[in-house]
Amino acid sequence: MRRSLLFVPGNSPGMILNGCIFGADSVVFDLEDAVSTGEKDAARILVRNALKTLDYGNTERIVRINSLKTPYWMDDLNMIIPAGPDVIMPPKVQGDEDIHRIESYISGIEKDRGIPAGRIKLIPLIESALGVEKAFEIAVASKRITGIFLGGEDLTADIGAKRTKKGDEIFYSRSRIVIAAKAAGVSAIDTPYTDVNDEEGLIQDAVLARGMGFNGKAVISPRHVEHVNRVFTPTEEEIEYARRVLEATARGEKEGKGAVSLDGKMIDAPIVARAKQILEIAETLKGGRLR
Amino acid sequence: MKLAKMSIAGSLESNDALITIQPVDKRGVELVIESIVEKQFKDRIEKAVRQVLKDYDIDGVYVRVQDRGALDCTLKARMEAAILRGKGDLQ
Amino acid sequence: MGDSRDLEGRQVAVKKLVGSLKEAIKLCGLEDGMTVSFHHHLRNGDYVLNMVMDTIAELGYKEIKVAASAVFPVHEPLINHIKQGVVTQIDTNYMSGPVGEAISRGLMSNPVVFRTHGGRPRAIETGELPIDVAFIAAPSSDCYGNINGVDGPSACGSLGYAFPDAMHAEKVVVITDNLVNYPLTPISIDQTRVDYVVVVDSIGDPKGIVSGSTRITRDPVGLTIARYAAEVIEHSGLLNDGFSFQTGAGGASLAAAYYLKKFMKEKGITGSFGLGGITGYFVELLEEGLFKTLLDVQCFDLDAVRSIKANPNHQEISASFYANPESKGCAVDKLDIVILGATEIDTSFNVNVHTDSNGIIMGGSGGHSDTAAGSKLALIVAPLIRARLPVLVDRVLTITTPGDTVDVLVTERGISVNPKNEGLRERLTEAGLPVVDIHELKKKAEALTGKPNPIKTGGKVVAHVEYRDGRIIDTIKNTE
Repeated sequence: MRRSLLFVPGNSPGMILNGCIFGADSVVFDLEDAVSTGEKDAARILVRNALKTLDYGNTERIVRINSLKTPYWMDDLNMIIPAGPDVIMPPKVQGDEDIHRIESYISGIEKDRGIPAGRIKLIPLIESALGVEKAFEIAVASKRITGIFLGGEDLTADIGAKRTKKGDEIFYSRSRIVIAAKAAGVSAIDTPYTDVNDEEGLIQDAVLARGMGFNGKAVISPRHVEHVNRVFTPTEEEIEYARRVLEATARGEKEGKGAVSLDGKMIDAPIVARAKQILEIAETLKGGRLR
Repeated sequence: MKLAKMSIAGSLESNDALITIQPVDKRGVELVIESIVEKQFKDRIEKAVRQVLKDYDIDGVYVRVQDRGALDCTLKARMEAAILRGKGDLQ
Repeated sequence: MGDSRDLEGRQVAVKKLVGSLKEAIKLCGLEDGMTVSFHHHLRNGDYVLNMVMDTIAELGYKEIKVAASAVFPVHEPLINHIKQGVVTQIDTNYMSGPVGEAISRGLMSNPVVFRTHGGRPRAIETGELPIDVAFIAAPSSDCYGNINGVDGPSACGSLGYAFPDAMHAEKVVVITDNLVNYPLTPISIDQTRVDYVVVVDSIGDPKGIVSGSTRITRDPVGLTIARYAAEVIEHSGLLNDGFSFQTGAGGASLAAAYYLKKFMKEKGITGSFGLGGITGYFVELLEEGLFKTLLDVQCFDLDAVRSIKANPNHQEISASFYANPESKGCAVDKLDIVILGATEIDTSFNVNVHTDSNGIIMGGSGGHSDTAAGSKLALIVAPLIRARLPVLVDRVLTITTPGDTVDVLVTERGISVNPKNEGLRERLTEAGLPVVDIHELKKKAEALTGKPNPIKTGGKVVAHVEYRDGRIIDTIKNTE
């Protein structure tokens, strides 16, 4: 379950200390854009120490490393991988070769250090025209990939569009990412909403993303977490419907029926799959907690 | 071993510490700690700082810690960054 | 002005307006060793306490007891009066800034007596704290000493804390910078209690008296705590039509009111009264019909001042009405829910808001222990970790509010319920809130910070902490 992914600057001890208290399902320690070139060294040491010592409970710990085009990404991985993050997020991924380079480098570290191979997952950040075009290729490039994440800001710069709140300029890319992710069986994560003071706009944007099939959304302000969580949490009605879908299917199977219908509508495989997904999330959130 | 040059790491933000280290012409560690939680944590701060110096086998050094309530893991990270910078290994 | 004659045509002594503070002090018959009192409605903008004490010093008085409902940083000149022997005792409910620091270093030979906002009127009314002369700063007054706090350049709203002084002091001197025609309207404290009126250029600096508008915190940690606090209230079983509520003006407390407002709107719940120090936020709740009335002992911002002047449902109450446990009825006893802060809280739920993490005096109960005792649900909101310091300790350095009057501690890393309130713990757990045993929560904090070394205090008692009923529940020692 990755409804909200909260970005935390990798060189800010206060934010790192408190990253896990806002209810985000995942926290992304950022070594890339949030850290100036002069502080890359200090940030990766700080994040490594945080990963090794701070108890983040059930919160997933993701580290965004620097891009393959920089001199930093290998140092990032050398320092971070032994500290055991859950996920590495490489930015500006353009195709499967990028994933292969990163994966073989990670595997090398795992082998050298005697770390169990393959436990650390990948969520590539797709934020260029080429990346979007190759989204599916990226999503299936490695078994480590557990999701793909659309970065709207860099993308719009790359395609020469103006980034708007409404987001028409990234509509195609969003659709493309969702389709690629679902085809590959990984989760689709939406770009963050960057106006930290516009809660209404944030909620609309999240509702749009969820409606399109995204599983979750990145956030850059702790104050956004509760809203994004709420949008990506199944409603009571959705949960109730999902239960009835599964009951009807079970009944149908028992009675040996090929086709099952509920409320006059045919229930087919995708509806069942969706119902199962919703109930899984509901189970994880037992007690009605949004946090 | 000796550091190659003076270096600093960290910041004066809340929960952080600014660490300055400098090679000096005598043996041992000259340590200055200024902390907003000095009464409660001075001994622990000193322990964390000395631990990292020992891990890197640094001697003949002046260390100034301006602490704004950093956790041990942060203090150690800042010390490590300062040492690596001072050794000239990084940047 | 004020002149009148009796049946024989002789002028009688009803001329209250006197030319100077000096004259008023002399007319009151002040003597060495007497007690003078002040209210704190002008807060850190107050000129009156310093003005009066400077004059008393100039007149050569010694060994005066200052009974001020609170002492603020602006009252730093008191330190010199103490050094000169002009002031030898202080009786107050709250003390912040240089005076508290100096007292913690051992400035005074007599310990300060800290009372609560309810304990002070109790002590005044029972004669435990006799006041010889009350000096009452009045934002508006007429020549006969009818005063209010809602008009004038130094308007501060409610004058609640000045009422017991006016009612029970031997002599009452009103000090104003806004003399109006007789009779003043509206009247808060009336002419039957007032001996003299002195007009001065200014009684205070409006910037220090009330803030423009009190805003909720934008700090995400504070907001997280606030949201938990509101959820605790939501599931407490007390969030019903007609519930009553008090919250401090601190960022997280106020933010909790913001979330609470959302819940009230969603569920269509209307409260009966909001109590205590009133902020613009409470005014908003009143004006939107979410609460029926405000009982206001002190205004914290300009919105509150504006409202108390204009809205009949926003009522001024006295300190005794607010919290005096021995009055025939105090409002805190009708209170359902209060949200309070803490500088320290211990595993027995005792709360300290008197001394800081280094043991230095920086606050006081104010209404903390009164509201905790009176309310059905007392929530303490505090970040579990500030800088590197856990708020949760084995034993608070100073007990302000006894743990048996506290129901729940709400932090960003978990909620701990006082074992005396098992039902609440069950309800909150059922609601899926992160309820943690208080010892576990302390361990959680110390896992991050390490266990802090205890603060060493000296051997000299610098203050007594008196509970609302008059019992001394703790002492504060000097710091080294």
